[in-house]
Amino acid sequence: MYRETDIVQDTSIEGDLIINVGPQHPSTHGVLHLVITLNGETIKKIEPHLGYIHRSIEKMCESLSYRQFIYVTSKMDYLSSHINNHGCALCIENGLQIEVPPRAQAIRVLMDELTRMASHQLWWGANAMDIGALTPFFHAFREREMINDIFEETCGTRLTMNYMVPGGVMADLHPNFQKRVKEFIPHFKSKIVEYDELLTDNIIFQNRTKGIGIISKEDAISYGCTGPVARGSGVYCDVRKLNPYEIYSQLKFDEIIETGGDCFARYMVRMREMKQSLSIIEQLIDVIPEGDFQAKTKAVLKLPKGEFYSQIETARGEFGVYIVSEGGTTPYRIKFRSPGFSNLSALDFMARGSKIGDLIAIMGSLDLVIPDIDR
Amino acid sequence: MTKEDLKIKLIELFPQFTTEIPSATIDESGTWLKMNISKEDFLNVVTQLKTNLSFHFDFLFCLTCIDWKTHLTMVYHFTSTTHRQPLVLQITLDREHPEIETVSSIWRTAEFHEREVYEMFGVNFLHHPDLRLLILPDGWENKRPMLKDFEDPINMIKL
Repeated sequence: MYRETDIVQDTSIEGDLIINVGPQHPSTHGVLHLVITLNGETIKKIEPHLGYIHRSIEKMCESLSYRQFIYVTSKMDYLSSHINNHGCALCIENGLQIEVPPRAQAIRVLMDELTRMASHQLWWGANAMDIGALTPFFHAFREREMINDIFEETCGTRLTMNYMVPGGVMADLHPNFQKRVKEFIPHFKSKIVEYDELLTDNIIFQNRTKGIGIISKEDAISYGCTGPVARGSGVYCDVRKLNPYEIYSQLKFDEIIETGGDCFARYMVRMREMKQSLSIIEQLIDVIPEGDFQAKTKAVLKLPKGEFYSQIETARGEFGVYIVSEGGTTPYRIKFRSPGFSNLSALDFMARGSKIGDLIAIMGSLDLVIPDIDR
Repeated sequence: MTKEDLKIKLIELFPQFTTEIPSATIDESGTWLKMNISKEDFLNVVTQLKTNLSFHFDFLFCLTCIDWKTHLTMVYHFTSTTHRQPLVLQITLDREHPEIETVSSIWRTAEFHEREVYEMFGVNFLHHPDLRLLILPDGWENKRPMLKDFEDPINMIKL
């Protein structure tokens, strides 16, 4: 429920300073505009202004066929494009009752987990850079480059892969895939120890993040936070565990929960998640089933009349695809529930009362991807 | 809690289902239970869904609107962090003057989602604390670009 201080919208009190962060600011990692009301150095209110990269993807999808619109979703959360494609493919398969072959399921899970690691690595470097440590950025990109090379071999591109299609994946794995991933696993295992030595155990970094931007469990649920942001506050919300898709129910991994609710807790969730993703890949890489990589589907897909919703866990949280179909070849209405949009709405609540210098640390811990928020 | 349990509990609690001409309907055909209620009952029903401990729908994960050319439909997707059984709530609105009570004081995530629906579909959320444009630039008030009959000869290409 609203507290009295929250309802106050008129902030033109004498002595308050209003400053703009963005739209072009190095720590927003995109075009996000924040209007911040300050009293001295203390943040009184943050008002996000969105839409600088709004492309109206939902409206666009209404005139694209079920095979076409998946490619547009790669451009939303460009760091989890595999998982975005996967979410849309799941929703269509759900509507058409398509059985995905076991090989395709294993490939999808492998790609999702590689994406999650690549995304967390980029976040790790960028978050450290925001706070003032430049070195981690280069370490993170070294490992991310290896994953991108693996993607490039199999999918042909490095960022917006468009690899998952309704019924399976677009092409079979490259012959080098298993070899390359097996090279990457021990390499990253040795490097993640370095990550901890370099940043996690660093006392300056801990002082900058511990006790900053606290959000309680109840507030995180009320704000609709998902992913590492909610799990840092002790909310069980991993879709892979709660509502398992593909072969996740057969795999052994832990849902990472921290209870601090501050920037450091969110940081630790992502660091530990990378190790879990690595363990999932280790379990799967030697036992990829043989067989088809794509189910046989019709050339033109037509979803039956009705409403379909699919959930999937991206690197940032729960991504939802809601399709309303009238039985035609294009969706009648489509809604993307993006994790960043809800996580951003909690920013004002988290940052109120902290110092302006901490704002960048809080924003970094949310791991915002702006095209995902604007859509 | 299963879908059937939830249905039984809903029918028990809400008198809308039990009168001779029910003003609310339940649809079981989808993956999740779907409930259609009237605009007048809306605030009472959602408050009970949140506060009544046998439901405890504390997580609003999707809020959106559909344009059916003759009317608008608001769609709310709830779930609970305790029993994990999702519920879909649908409310039909008048297309020319859509109005509905805000739920942003119950689920705070609704504040941003309602602002998005306001600018895209023109739905007026009563008692919303800060109903302004969120994504669209200034000057797009009342243009309602997500409606099916929206025309923009400069920025839109029709396939």
